[in-house]
Amino acid sequence: MTVPADAVSGRRELVAGFVQRHGALAVLALSVVTASLVFESFASFDNASGIAIQSSFLVIVAIGMTFVIICGGIDLSVGSVFALGGVLAAYASRWGTLPALVVPLAVCGAIGLLNGVLIARLRLAPFIVTLASLLGARGLLLSITDEGASTYLVPRESSFVEIGRGTLWGLGYPVFLALALAALAGLVLQRSRFGQSIFAIGGSQDAAAMMGVPVARMKVLTYTLSGLLAGLAGTLNAARLGSGVTILGVGLELDAIAAVVIGGTLLIGGAGTISGTLSGVLLLGVIQNVINQIGNLGSSYQLVTSGAFLAVVVVVQTYLSRTQRLH
Amino acid sequence: MDSVPLLSVRGVCKRFPGVLALQDVSLDLPAGQVHALVGENGAGKSTLIKVLTGVHRADEGEIAYDGRPVDFHQPKQAQQAGISTIYQEVNLIPLMSVARNLFLGREPRRFGLIDLPRMNREASETLARYGVHVDVRKPLRSLGLGAQQMVALARAVAIDAKLLIMDEPTSSLEPREVETLFGVVRELSQRHISILYVSHRLDELYRLCDEVTVLRDGRVVHTGPLAAIDKLTLISKMLGRDLGGDGVTKFTHDRRAALPGPPQLRAEGMDKRNLLHDISFEVRRGEVVGLGGLLGSGRSETAKAIVGALPVDRGSVWVGGRRLARLSTAAAIKAGMAMLPEDRKAEGIIADLSVRENIVLAAMPSLHRAGLVSRRRQDQIVDVFMKRLRIKASSPQQRVGELSGGNQQKVLLARWLCLNPRVLLLDEPTRGIDVGAKAEVQALIDELARAGLAVVLISSDLEELVEGADRVVLLKAGAVVGELAGDQVDEHAVMGMLAHG
Ligand SMILES: Nc1ncnc2c1ncn2[C@@H]1O[C@H](COP(=O)(O)OP(=O)(O)OP(=O)(O)O)[C@@H](O)[C@H]1O
Ligand SMILES: [Mg+2]
Repeated sequence: MTVPADAVSGRRELVAGFVQRHGALAVLALSVVTASLVFESFASFDNASGIAIQSSFLVIVAIGMTFVIICGGIDLSVGSVFALGGVLAAYASRWGTLPALVVPLAVCGAIGLLNGVLIARLRLAPFIVTLASLLGARGLLLSITDEGASTYLVPRESSFVEIGRGTLWGLGYPVFLALALAALAGLVLQRSRFGQSIFAIGGSQDAAAMMGVPVARMKVLTYTLSGLLAGLAGTLNAARLGSGVTILGVGLELDAIAAVVIGGTLLIGGAGTISGTLSGVLLLGVIQNVINQIGNLGSSYQLVTSGAFLAVVVVVQTYLSRTQRLH
Repeated sequence: MDSVPLLSVRGVCKRFPGVLALQDVSLDLPAGQVHALVGENGAGKSTLIKVLTGVHRADEGEIAYDGRPVDFHQPKQAQQAGISTIYQEVNLIPLMSVARNLFLGREPRRFGLIDLPRMNREASETLARYGVHVDVRKPLRSLGLGAQQMVALARAVAIDAKLLIMDEPTSSLEPREVETLFGVVRELSQRHISILYVSHRLDELYRLCDEVTVLRDGRVVHTGPLAAIDKLTLISKMLGRDLGGDGVTKFTHDRRAALPGPPQLRAEGMDKRNLLHDISFEVRRGEVVGLGGLLGSGRSETAKAIVGALPVDRGSVWVGGRRLARLSTAAAIKAGMAMLPEDRKAEGIIADLSVRENIVLAAMPSLHRAGLVSRRRQDQIVDVFMKRLRIKASSPQQRVGELSGGNQQKVLLARWLCLNPRVLLLDEPTRGIDVGAKAEVQALIDELARAGLAVVLISSDLEELVEGADRVVLLKAGAVVGELAGDQVDEHAVMGMLAHG
């Protein structure tokens, strides 16, 4: 009787909240430690920087996805948009570095904008709208590459490739860019009115509107952002590869969604963090790396493992949000 | 007085598919006036408020605010113009922290970023003035309904408004919180802020309001100073008929004698860490037992624990002399218990289903024969309860989310009543229900008890508790502190025991 009732349930709620937010980080740490003990080659700097650069593109895409999911939506188009961004960048690189950046961002941003307008103003279901633009962006990509037959190469002497291949302290530029974007996005989410609006809309759209949040405008902004980030990731990837590869990005949207959810963001919206998403992406990266280390396991095992992780996370999340709701 | 009222509504009409929710409604609200808006469930009060604040658009009519005609498309525009609104259901974001809810849209900023420490500090200070002492970083949903309502009030007042609209702000408040709210309203009206106030608790209106407008079926049937009209006349204007009797509650005043035999419901040693402490009581057939206590006394938790909706550390429940093997909602329903939960939005009503589906939902398992559910049988049941409780809907097929707040409550009540339970637990059964229907619900509880049902009644309306219950079990901080039976049951005795027990 000395402790007031809500203090204890509050503590439990804090613990549950903490696990929900940082569970992915804990699992990530555990996997890294285990992998380093089992595989000698895992704990090398080269291997780590390899994981980092490979994950950096997914991080950028997943940041946008985090915003979209928190505000109660979904964006299935990011994989296609990523590929389209890459091809456009490679194509435009013949005119110089600046066009190679501006053209893909403009087109991909426009696709995101279109998604947003259809979803927010015409109140169409995000699932359907972004499924349509997944197909649409793919189609656009095929039409500018002669049905995927021609691959545009970035001119050898172009400084554009430097953006993707350059390194600092042994880490690729995209890694730094991804980290900077993640930090910025985390700040925007937690400490800006835009971020607060996103949480409010995902938590309860009607209540948010009644509290004066400009719901439609915020949603349009969110989907535009997601398109822009997917396009940026595609652009960076093209710079790194030195070409616009048309078959990339298939299923990338599912990786992004998986990473976001593993990172503790609620699939129904209203709660989530960028740091969780970061852990989620890295966890997927580590799993893939470990499976590569094992070597004789097929890549299908990677899918199975990621799938298992996702299932466990969703179960734990559901359980946690139930304990939180009990009171 | 000012010649131009702050708000002036002329000839407003609003149609929904199948209903004319507002017809030719006119209303004037001078600065500094506290104006009551009353009417039966479904009369159009909330709709009028939503039209005024840009949630809905009027089909016809003009609204002038601050001397200029206005046509708000979004709640945000109304807010910017200085109209602050507390809508009927608490409309905040459950997952966001208390402080973030309080400040959403007007967060204090530093270098362009939200200043979290300052926001949390100011939120704590503000809420403390409203008697809410909580960790403002916790999610809003961890607060009780009353505290959430106080957060909504604090938020509405903090937006520097000229007009404050409140749609049933006191329906989930404790008496102490109601006093706080009244204090706020009086202070605002002294500062020349106008208030439009909706409530089904008529006593409150007489304490607070200057003028009253009565809506019936979407039309204004009366408007004038409140002091010039007595309560019974007001009620008859709202209902369009006389209520009959002496007004207040509709319970028969003579206490029922419990039927002989073993107790129908027995709860023993219910224990839940920090919430419930060794709670035991029993209810006989034909008896209404009230659970009394203040906010946080464990009333609702006790009821939830009994029907298995709140896991307990220890405790057992007997129904009709048989002990439940385990406490779960399924087992409770099977044993013949039904419970009307307190928070209808979170724990009961399914807004997207029809009135009909919502009513027969829980009764489904008992209605089927060889896996098939008779549509005719369903229709009969639905029909009976819609008439009996006077549920106002365009048809049984209407989406429950489109019903007025009070009518949603009635649908929920019907759901549990049509189960034909042996034990009925009612948590705030008349919240948000208009005077006419309230009398109806109370008469129904009475009748059910006479027919041999065991009823547990929870109500923060002391009058309702005292007049409805044959016996009152008093709880304080999760433990039983006393019991009153027979002639001992009256408001003073209850208050006394809660204060000293
Ligand atoms: N979105 C909607 N769609 C269809 N009908 C609606 C909608 N909102 C309200 N109505 C109908 O309009 C009428 C008036 O409802 P309103 O909510 O204004 O009543 P109220 O006076 O606030 O009642 P209560 O006291 O129960 O809250 C009701 O018949 C209701 O069913
Ligand atoms: Mg209403």
